[in-house]
Amino acid sequence: MNIEKRVMRDVFIERIYNLMFDDDSIFFLTGDFGSPKLDRLKEDFKDRFINVGIAEQNLINVSTGLALEGFNVYAYAIAPFLTMRAYEQIRNNLSLSAQIKELNVNFIGVGAGLSYDVSGPTHHCVEDISIIRTLPNIVFFSPSDWVLTERFVDYTVKNKKPKYIRLDGKPLPNIYEHKDIELEKGFFELRKGEEVCIISTGYMTHKALKVAEKLLIDKIQIGVIDIFLLKPLDEGLFYDKLSKYRYVISLEEAFINKGGLDSLISSILDKEGSNIKLKRMGLQDAYVFDMGAREYLHKLNRLDEESIIETIKELLKI
Amino acid sequence: MSIDVEFLKQKALWVRKETLNIHRIAQQTRLASSLSCVEVFVVLYYGKVLNFNPLNPKWENRDRFIISKAHGSISLYPILSDLGYFKMDELKRVGKEGSFLGAIPDAIIPGYEAMNGSLGHGLGISCGISLALKRKERSEKVLVLLGDGELYEGLIWEAIMFAGEHKLDNLIAIIDNNKVCMLDYCKNVIDLEPIEEKFRMFKWMAERVEGHNIGQLYSSLKRLKDDKSSKPKLLIADTIKGKGVLSLENDPLSHTKNIPPEKIDKVIEELK
Repeated sequence: MNIEKRVMRDVFIERIYNLMFDDDSIFFLTGDFGSPKLDRLKEDFKDRFINVGIAEQNLINVSTGLALEGFNVYAYAIAPFLTMRAYEQIRNNLSLSAQIKELNVNFIGVGAGLSYDVSGPTHHCVEDISIIRTLPNIVFFSPSDWVLTERFVDYTVKNKKPKYIRLDGKPLPNIYEHKDIELEKGFFELRKGEEVCIISTGYMTHKALKVAEKLLIDKIQIGVIDIFLLKPLDEGLFYDKLSKYRYVISLEEAFINKGGLDSLISSILDKEGSNIKLKRMGLQDAYVFDMGAREYLHKLNRLDEESIIETIKELLKI
Repeated sequence: MSIDVEFLKQKALWVRKETLNIHRIAQQTRLASSLSCVEVFVVLYYGKVLNFNPLNPKWENRDRFIISKAHGSISLYPILSDLGYFKMDELKRVGKEGSFLGAIPDAIIPGYEAMNGSLGHGLGISCGISLALKRKERSEKVLVLLGDGELYEGLIWEAIMFAGEHKLDNLIAIIDNNKVCMLDYCKNVIDLEPIEEKFRMFKWMAERVEGHNIGQLYSSLKRLKDDKSSKPKLLIADTIKGKGVLSLENDPLSHTKNIPPEKIDKVIEELK
């Protein structure tokens, strides 16, 4: 299997660039944030590329105006600033407006979770799953690899709702090459297990797969489900996959107990009247000021492979 | 000049009366703020400065009019209904069950282009619309009504910079310069004047008129619509908050003041 590592944003922008030749309804705006692939787009589509400057609020509002006139708009910035500086713009002009109007604004945040490890807590994006998920009428895409990211681009042109696209900042290997994915389902069962299943999104899915591989040494077979559409998720189908497990672990690079991935799963279990036990793994109620590589930050917050393995063994009382 | 000033004055008087009638049944409406921009609305709609089509609010050839100070545009309800955007009967149930007319207008109302209940958003959205129309090489204009107090919002300045830099010459911003925000005169909060100099520094053209003078408003708006320079345009309309209702005029706290229902008839009689 080809496990080429690529940066999601580069793949996304490359695909958009190719689409822009045939589709003159596409506008690409950035809040002064780049990518090696953006330079070519900027040069070749001078009339449909705009750097609005370091101004995330205006990035969303100008995008709204363009979308009201029928353009398919991509608004690109660093994830925490895009989602939190411009939150009210996203709420009023995208989420709220999309209930009564068609608005295809795709706001792309780069730097999911702890992607920007050593940039410190201002650059970590650990609240966005909760706060964007709470907004009606928004599609929320959180891919775990560049293959999914690339396939999602065509969907962004066809689906005319506002969409938040949460991209990791680092090069990551592919997971989905050669896999048939139905994007609308919102999730994919990457591994089937016996008693325990990890449900993860984005970067953490890579970790879940590694954990699953390591546990085979101890003859423990765990399931791994990757959720890439946090909204809308086909909850019925999703629960069908879960129902055979005794334990599910939600694994996210985000705060837990605050409306994130864990809350999404717990509300589904609740709705189904399920007896499955949910173990929530993610960041506790504190920011991460510590310096070091992402793996080190994970270790400090018990999100490293060893801690996850320990947690699973505790659940199984091994 | 090809307008009947006397006719438009009568329309303004009627709009104020109807705005008070709405306020009688919907006391949550922002009366003072809706009275300062009456002449602006009257000139835009009855003076036909705007191109619009009440039977088809989404008509492709319409000028886009974004009302960023939405709370202060209750006075537009009678105009929109009079022109046929919706039935006149709707004015009798503003804020009531089943009505789409609220104390703060939303984009579900025919004639309103965007969501603007929260201040500061309209100019940036207008920039996007202007840009879209320019890219499509369309000739429609984008007009946006702002309050002067709205200039305190930071994102307004992001949009001012953007519009000037990108030469959005199809964009006309009108400031209803009624000089009062919620708690005080703006000059006592953070003095915004001279407004035109600030816009000019960001590559806009700017002019100022008496905002209750129909002739001045008309000729200025027509001139700005026809202007061929490559700059976005600003019109500062110097107005009086609460204009026409003596107990509201020149009151720094007029923004949240109501006229109780039983006093509305008397206030209507006093209108000139």
